[in-house]
Amino acid sequence: MTTLDVTTTATPAGERAPLRRRIGARQGIANALTLAWRNVTQLKHSPEKLLDVTLMPIVFLVLFLYLFGGAVAGSTHAYLELLLPGLVAQIAMFASMGLGTALAEDIHKGVFDRFRSLPIARSSPLVGAVLGDTVRFCVAMFVLTGFGVALGFRFHTGVVPVLAAFALAYVFYLAICWISVLIGLVAPGPETVQGISFIFMMPLVFGSSILIPATSTLPGWLQAWVKVNPVTSLADAVRGLTVGGPVATHVLYALAWAAGIVIVAFPIAMRMYRRKL
Amino acid sequence: MTDMIEAEGLVKRFGRTEALRGVDLRAGRGTVLALLGPNGAGKTTAVRALATLLKPDAGTARIGGYDVLTESVQVRQLIALTGQFASVDDELTGTENMVMIGRLLGLRRAEARRRAAELLERFDLADAAGRAAKTYSGGMRRRLDLAAGLIGEPQVLFLDEPTTGLDPRARSHVWDTIRDIIAGGATVLLTTQYLEEADELADQIAVIDHGLVVATGTPAELKARTGGQTLMVRAVDTARTGELATIVAQVTGATPEVSGDIGLVTAPASDPAVLPAVVRRLDEAGLLAAELAFRLPSLDEVFFTLTGHPAEDTSDDEGRAA
Repeated sequence: MTTLDVTTTATPAGERAPLRRRIGARQGIANALTLAWRNVTQLKHSPEKLLDVTLMPIVFLVLFLYLFGGAVAGSTHAYLELLLPGLVAQIAMFASMGLGTALAEDIHKGVFDRFRSLPIARSSPLVGAVLGDTVRFCVAMFVLTGFGVALGFRFHTGVVPVLAAFALAYVFYLAICWISVLIGLVAPGPETVQGISFIFMMPLVFGSSILIPATSTLPGWLQAWVKVNPVTSLADAVRGLTVGGPVATHVLYALAWAAGIVIVAFPIAMRMYRRKL
Repeated sequence: MTDMIEAEGLVKRFGRTEALRGVDLRAGRGTVLALLGPNGAGKTTAVRALATLLKPDAGTARIGGYDVLTESVQVRQLIALTGQFASVDDELTGTENMVMIGRLLGLRRAEARRRAAELLERFDLADAAGRAAKTYSGGMRRRLDLAAGLIGEPQVLFLDEPTTGLDPRARSHVWDTIRDIIAGGATVLLTTQYLEEADELADQIAVIDHGLVVATGTPAELKARTGGQTLMVRAVDTARTGELATIVAQVTGATPEVSGDIGLVTAPASDPAVLPAVVRRLDEAGLLAAELAFRLPSLDEVFFTLTGHPAEDTSDDEGRAA
């Protein structure tokens, strides 16, 4: 094969700083933060992307409160105390769904190819996307709490337990985000992500104690499912931390699940990310 | 001096499709290598393998002496990938896109902003710097893409179909930008389905078809290699085209091709002496020529000769699925 040996004025490699042989943890964190900044900047340019997480809490709250209030708790006021903490869990689940679609779009459009060709930490595009999604979580929780309080909801515990409740929901949310990431990576295209996510989310969200705290009327198999479902633990933990009731077991169970999900989903997501593109 | 890009025997299969069937490529420092071929020939797959995005099933590739598989961290510090599939972020402004890449490459915020402003200015994008990339025209997007590729001052630049889908004016603007980059001394690997583009920009062309490099050489070498010149004649009076074809056949000793409607008669001719011979015979026959030319083959013809089918062959799209 012919080769041209054209002499040029290009800088020889030797004059440059020596090439790094690996990407350190510090740089990985910096990369992830830069990419989280990217997601937040996108939201700044198109605030309409926050419409779903803004309206979702209002729609859920109004709909479920007046639909089930009388039937489940005797009155809407009594039901609000049960429902709002439950919705904290529900919205933590649903808010994570946008992430999968956004990732699938990045992959589809080739934005991720550019990231993958850069000397940055391999995990940073995924970690950055998850961190950047925090904005959506905060908006949803803010609207939910504000609107709930306007409808008459009151916290019965203290500042610390209430903050702990939201912190727990956030940790769980971050874990569920990794499932959303996985769905975004396996989905054949951005438009299919939503559908796959819904099928996955439905049994977790509605097969739980979020809407119906007393499960004794359910058939045995469903009772068993509700009981093992980590979303039940999350909802019950948030209830305990915001309006009172048992907390410790639920918190531990929810945290254990969150940790378990990350331990399993993160390496799989990284593997697929490396392979897929 | 070692070559900046070296690939040997690259093989990549997607399911039962063999996208690459043993591709060898080489580009010396500061040279421009064009990978020329139709859709589905394997160009993008080759670039993705060289840019560490895809693991080849067999073969080796080195960029600046570093192995793309085992030393991918180093390779990524040398390269920049732009084009078809490596895209800018639509939602961010031109400046934000540039600053983001700069920050990812480890520049400080102020330095990233300075480089961004400088490159946007250089690529005629200063006025659009504050607008979201999704509002850019096709040509502006490509230029932003190229500018983003230069933030890290790469030594090897992969340009994957940099002008596909652009109108002629935007294309020539992007070409100017690419020439500007080439003048900066980077080694460039360019993929294209436009023969004219390879001819315009490249030092070396590798013609790729169905996952194989079928020919390499300078644009001039490729033209010379594939059957010399062509004689083209057209009669003023198209009714006499038959007569004209007979004369051309006698002079060149080849069977001429006649395109019916315009009466253009073409025949391969390697001996420049056929031109005066044809003129003499036309004069004797009292036949007036509306057009008479003796020219080098176009790269289209080169491609046809090398591969047996035209370059416009648009078979199924290049596989990027795993």
